[in-house]
Amino acid sequence: MSTNLLALLPELVLTITGVLVMVLEPVIPAGKSRKPLGWLAILGSLLSGLAAFYQLQIVNAQGTLTAFYSTIQIDPFSIFFHLLIAAVVLVTLLGSLDYFESPITHAGEYFALVLFGAVGMMFMTSSVELLMVFIGLEISSISTYILAGFRKGRATASESSIKYFLLGSFATAFFLYGVALIYGATGSTSIGPIAAGLAITRTPTMAILAVAMVLIGLGFKVSAAPFHVWTPDVYQGAPAPVVGLMSTAPKAAAFAVLLRFLFNGTPMLHGHWILLIEILAVASMCLGNLGALKQHDVKRLLAYSSIAHAGYLLVAFTGTHQNAVAGACFYTATYAAMNVGAFLVLSQLSGFSERIRSIEDFTGLALKRPGMSALLGFFLLSLIGIPFTGGFFGKFYVFSGALQNGHVWLGIVGLANSGVACFYYLRLLAAIYSRPTSDSVAYIPVRKVTAPAAVALAATALATLGLGILPNKLVHLVERATPTTTAAVAVQPTQQ
Amino acid sequence: MNPDHSILTLLLLTPLVGAVVLALIPEREADIPGQSGSKIHAIGALVVTLLTFLFTLHLPAHFNYAAAPGSFQFEENYSWITSPAIRYHLGVDGLSMWLIVLAGFLAPIGVLASWNTIKQRSKLFYILFLLQQVAMLGIFVALDLFLYYGFWEFSLVPLTLLIATFGRTENRRRAAIKFFLYAFIPSAILLIAIIWLYVQTNTFQLNELHGMALAKAISPNSKAMLLCSIAFLVAFGVKVPIFPLHGWLQDAVSEAPTAAVMVLAGKLGLYSILRFSFGIFPDQSHYVAPLLIALGAVGIAYGSLIALIKTDLKKLAAFSTLAHASFVVLGIFTFTVAGLDGGVFQILNESLVGAAFFILLGLLYERYGTYELRDYGGLAARHPWMVTMFVIMTLAAVGLPMLNGFVGEFLILSGSMQSLIAHHILWTVVGTTGVIFGAGYMLWMIQRIFYGSLGHRPKEVTGWDLTAREHLELWPFAALFLVMGVASPLWMKAIDTFGAPTVDINTDITMNMSPRPATQPTFVDPTLASAALGKPAPTTDKGARY
Repeated sequence: MSTNLLALLPELVLTITGVLVMVLEPVIPAGKSRKPLGWLAILGSLLSGLAAFYQLQIVNAQGTLTAFYSTIQIDPFSIFFHLLIAAVVLVTLLGSLDYFESPITHAGEYFALVLFGAVGMMFMTSSVELLMVFIGLEISSISTYILAGFRKGRATASESSIKYFLLGSFATAFFLYGVALIYGATGSTSIGPIAAGLAITRTPTMAILAVAMVLIGLGFKVSAAPFHVWTPDVYQGAPAPVVGLMSTAPKAAAFAVLLRFLFNGTPMLHGHWILLIEILAVASMCLGNLGALKQHDVKRLLAYSSIAHAGYLLVAFTGTHQNAVAGACFYTATYAAMNVGAFLVLSQLSGFSERIRSIEDFTGLALKRPGMSALLGFFLLSLIGIPFTGGFFGKFYVFSGALQNGHVWLGIVGLANSGVACFYYLRLLAAIYSRPTSDSVAYIPVRKVTAPAAVALAATALATLGLGILPNKLVHLVERATPTTTAAVAVQPTQQ
Repeated sequence: MNPDHSILTLLLLTPLVGAVVLALIPEREADIPGQSGSKIHAIGALVVTLLTFLFTLHLPAHFNYAAAPGSFQFEENYSWITSPAIRYHLGVDGLSMWLIVLAGFLAPIGVLASWNTIKQRSKLFYILFLLQQVAMLGIFVALDLFLYYGFWEFSLVPLTLLIATFGRTENRRRAAIKFFLYAFIPSAILLIAIIWLYVQTNTFQLNELHGMALAKAISPNSKAMLLCSIAFLVAFGVKVPIFPLHGWLQDAVSEAPTAAVMVLAGKLGLYSILRFSFGIFPDQSHYVAPLLIALGAVGIAYGSLIALIKTDLKKLAAFSTLAHASFVVLGIFTFTVAGLDGGVFQILNESLVGAAFFILLGLLYERYGTYELRDYGGLAARHPWMVTMFVIMTLAAVGLPMLNGFVGEFLILSGSMQSLIAHHILWTVVGTTGVIFGAGYMLWMIQRIFYGSLGHRPKEVTGWDLTAREHLELWPFAALFLVMGVASPLWMKAIDTFGAPTVDINTDITMNMSPRPATQPTFVDPTLASAALGKPAPTTDKGARY
């Protein structure tokens, strides 16, 4: 297999399955179940995960792969994100296989869009050329714009989709503007040459401006404050499994781009962007947590919580290069596990029509759905950061990185924030486990959890638990992720 | 395989596996609302807790009293996470051994006390109860700071859920969240302090940190060290609770079911102070000791005075808990052998007396459905056995000689008289008033519940005297009160292996001497120490204390 094909293998697999799903969708007669398409999509995501794994074996043996004139770079860093994205997509697909109540809800498109979105995200993580990143960003964004409005006919769904689309396009424009400026400052849009160009640039101010623009564009994608205003509305209107997907996988991809761009592309400007990152981190943590305090809608609550978690993740960026990459990668993985899990539970509980929404609706849930309540409770505890869950070790890892680099105050702000955060998670948790009010439980329909959804739930729960008690494996993987990336930059002098 | 090298893991695993097994047994709710469902989960929890208790007894049976002071026994030390270097490191010494046995002892009694009171959702209750047991035992045996912190934080979860789910009134959710926030926020700061320590020293191991602390090698930044030690102390102090940090206590205690109340306050925080604050920050603990002595004394007087005016029995008990815990604080911060040994012993007393107290109140509530003192009266004739138990518990609580409370209180107060820590003798006097007030509110409470004319609640409802199960819950306490009162050396022997070297170390610090070799099994003779500082020599000597 040529290096070029090998480098794009996971993306290729996903694209082919996505196209297949689209082609087969009209073949299935109207009114028939679209489940076979779902299984096809699941197979595709599984294969792409295996492809990423195969890439890892190759990289382990031969070192970093570059392809397409060094615009694509396959190293442990990008493979880690490929695996993560494939896993999130797989779990989401498993969880949403039986999500659609009637077979006419365009389920085929749904499966294809999820796959296409994943292609874009994977592109973002493996390309070291900002224009390629932009293309990946657009592919993933356009799919998620559509997915956000998938519960057609509801006002909140349209609001969700349009708001996401308008603000999202605006943000990608910022990103593109940043890329243009960095080209002006350094003469390149490729990570390695940017780093080299910055050393001799005569317009450092323009470069700083460019970094700020890129930060705005990606800050929007990861819903970091103050670019977070879209998050609660979009999450509220979008279908629960989609929220689980779009609050984790595209964010992971955007964080991957940020890590590469900031640490490998613009290390010269570290003193400048670290300040911006700190501001974003503190603002996200504080605004996210304070905003969540007075929410009644559970999805909005989790939306604010995801803003806060973006803030925790940004704290990781204040560590040294290796700590930052390791901390951020680990945290994205744990956050993906617990957040996808939480939204899966929500989607299983309330179904496509989302009849139960507010915290009051969850009162006494444990009596009617003990298993689901225990799972949701577990994910909430992990989001709080209770020991022996992935959330705790992730937080610990991130904050110890920041502290090691001397950012004690950031650590204090962050952990005080996680104290505030536990208030609203607990409000939900206490509601679930308290005695039901007269009418709350009656409204909770008992939907049977199907086997694929059960597998998905078990996988997220086990991942969350496993990352909490046996994080060794992943820690080794993420700690290996950095040096290779830096080394890869070093072996590209031909372009400089 | 030598059981000494796996007993602690076994101790942790037993309730954990028990909880998992209980989770797998389906729950059958009663057909008629209000009636209790099947007892299978209660029976399961009882078996598991009894088994755990049995395992805890392995520790005193095989404890090596001749081991070097400061060393740990039954150690297990395996690498857990390589980066950062976190180890699965467990161990027991004279401080923790009896606390573990105590935790093991109280658990089956807690199950028995919940036997009839938890009618619905008993499955959830017993799972949470067993998880709480895991966390508590974990706190007592963990010697790796990270592992310890894990158990420490984790212990909040089952307790919070127990309060939120099984609380008594509509106030339960608020009380649960209040309890959680009070404990969690200082713990978050504690985590920062722990990470900071790790950044300075590259280790989470208590014994290594302890060694570095003695060599003053943790950090040259004395201000940061002091802040760090305060972060530790505040996080632990909230859980004790130490006087101004007790805001959560009243609500949580008055809501929580009996079995949860028994572990809410006291031993976890106090143990943590002794183990970690004293172990890692000997200098700093010494520095803040005068303040803590004062807070301890104020806490005793304040708790006792508030208890005098409370007419809600659970709230009365909450403030008596505050007063008793403050006794321990007063004792341990004197850094005398008497104060430390007495303090550790008093932790045991406080937990036992508190548990018995809450169980007895629970029995009253089960019969009459109220904790309001004014609703009671004249019950002595109706419940002869119950009044006997109440009186025994009260006498133990107020420190009647021959019973356990006396030993602890006497040692603490005498320790605070001899202490070399600069503090006003007034604090000892204030602390001693607590003994008087304590007798006051306890006896007054007995008088108002059991004597006088029949209260209006007992007029409406007919109660019954202790059942066989309730006898089974209470007699072990009565027996222990007596045995611990007359045969305290049995416990002191182990406690002293912790208390004496702790004083040793800190006396060295005050007197600026080089650290003693760790193998030296003696403690500093108070006579010598006082002579060196030009103070009158305390007259108590080690042998005469018992």
